[in-house]
Amino acid sequence: MLAKRIIPCLDVKDGMTVKGVNFVNLRSAGDPVELGRKYSNEGADELVFLDITASVEGRKTFIDMVRRVARAVSIPFTVGGGISSVADVDTLLGNGADKVSVNSAAIKRPELIGEIAHRFGSQVCVVAIDARFTDGQWVCYLKGGREKTSRTLVEWAHEAQERGAGEILFTSMDHDGTRNGYACDALAELHERLQIPVIASGGCGCADHIADAFIHGHADAALAASVFHFGEIHIPTLKQYLAARSLPMRLQ
Amino acid sequence: MDETVVIKYNAGNVFSVVCALQRIGVEATVTDDPATISHARRVIFPGVGEASSAMEYLRRHRLDDTIRQLRCPVLGICIGMQLMCSHSQEGDTDCLGIFNVPVLRFDNSSNPSCKIPQMGWNTISLQPGSFIPQECDKQYVYYVHSYYAPLCDNTAAVTHYTLPYSAALQKDNFHATQFHPEKSGSVGETILKNFLKL
Repeated sequence: MLAKRIIPCLDVKDGMTVKGVNFVNLRSAGDPVELGRKYSNEGADELVFLDITASVEGRKTFIDMVRRVARAVSIPFTVGGGISSVADVDTLLGNGADKVSVNSAAIKRPELIGEIAHRFGSQVCVVAIDARFTDGQWVCYLKGGREKTSRTLVEWAHEAQERGAGEILFTSMDHDGTRNGYACDALAELHERLQIPVIASGGCGCADHIADAFIHGHADAALAASVFHFGEIHIPTLKQYLAARSLPMRLQ
Repeated sequence: MDETVVIKYNAGNVFSVVCALQRIGVEATVTDDPATISHARRVIFPGVGEASSAMEYLRRHRLDDTIRQLRCPVLGICIGMQLMCSHSQEGDTDCLGIFNVPVLRFDNSSNPSCKIPQMGWNTISLQPGSFIPQECDKQYVYYVHSYYAPLCDNTAAVTHYTLPYSAALQKDNFHATQFHPEKSGSVGETILKNFLKL
């Protein structure tokens, strides 16, 4: 049976892992390659590395990091942050990334999803959506939550799927950094409307939150950052716990 | 003579395979030169991509006959495996015909909760005489695919997704996995190490 996936997410700035609380106040959490290798050894099913650097120099450092991750880690990994063209994707995949995650650029120019899927296959194209519950509906935001769009979550996720997205990575900005659990209702709605896998993101504070995202949100994968980086959730213990709750987990 | 050759073509992830081989201490030669491939000690035929364009590339570079005529141990991975089958539904493509089995698209109409592509970790059940080491039986390996090879005489391992299908195939010197051993953690490393001993 296909296992539910546990995905540590590493936000990377100038070659170092950082994690925002509600997308501001960055706290450092170490070398991304070493951290990625540690998670892989502990039983993480995938890794996500997000480049939150804005500068050209930072971009070069990130691509170098992608190459080092590919050499060091024997599980799949996704990279994201600032990807806006097929050429960007080509560079990242050529340096060993398995998938790319596109966010703002895809909302601004939805054709990008089809271009990536056509050239490299849908399986490499993760569409990341940051949304916030605003005036009775889930509204998509850009630039780490600073810019509101006219798109709503489920409608945009569905369009992304139709354009060739292979997965949806949904972050609830209302839940992110709160440690009060994932946005399970919105996840369940995405599951209902989509045929492609959904990754839950934002709000993880404990193992039960991940169980809820799988059981009530029907998520295919759960992503978290700080609870892993600061050792509050130990991946082998987490997976044993979820397996004991009858969730299909890859145990080592 | 090059020990281990990885076939370079237009269907991605060659670098991932090279990295996985380096992690277990093997420096592979990456090439699309038919002569180098023909004289290799063993050949890995990787792949991520689309069947018809990959097959077209192989024909144009005369790699189709080169691969068919190999007598050394060969390991096809993912699209590499599918291209070693007789025909693929993806792009209605005639393939290499090493394994006498067609490649079909998953049909989840009777089980919509099985999403397509299958993306993630699933278990393998080894068939008797499988080239995959016994310690890997019932272990999880990493998959990303929308098309599959049905069970057949060449099935070396079975995975269940909407139905039981061929997780691995083998026939004479030809071996293949639908999953990605280069991305399957320590289980994948065991499978690659074992192949390198053949």
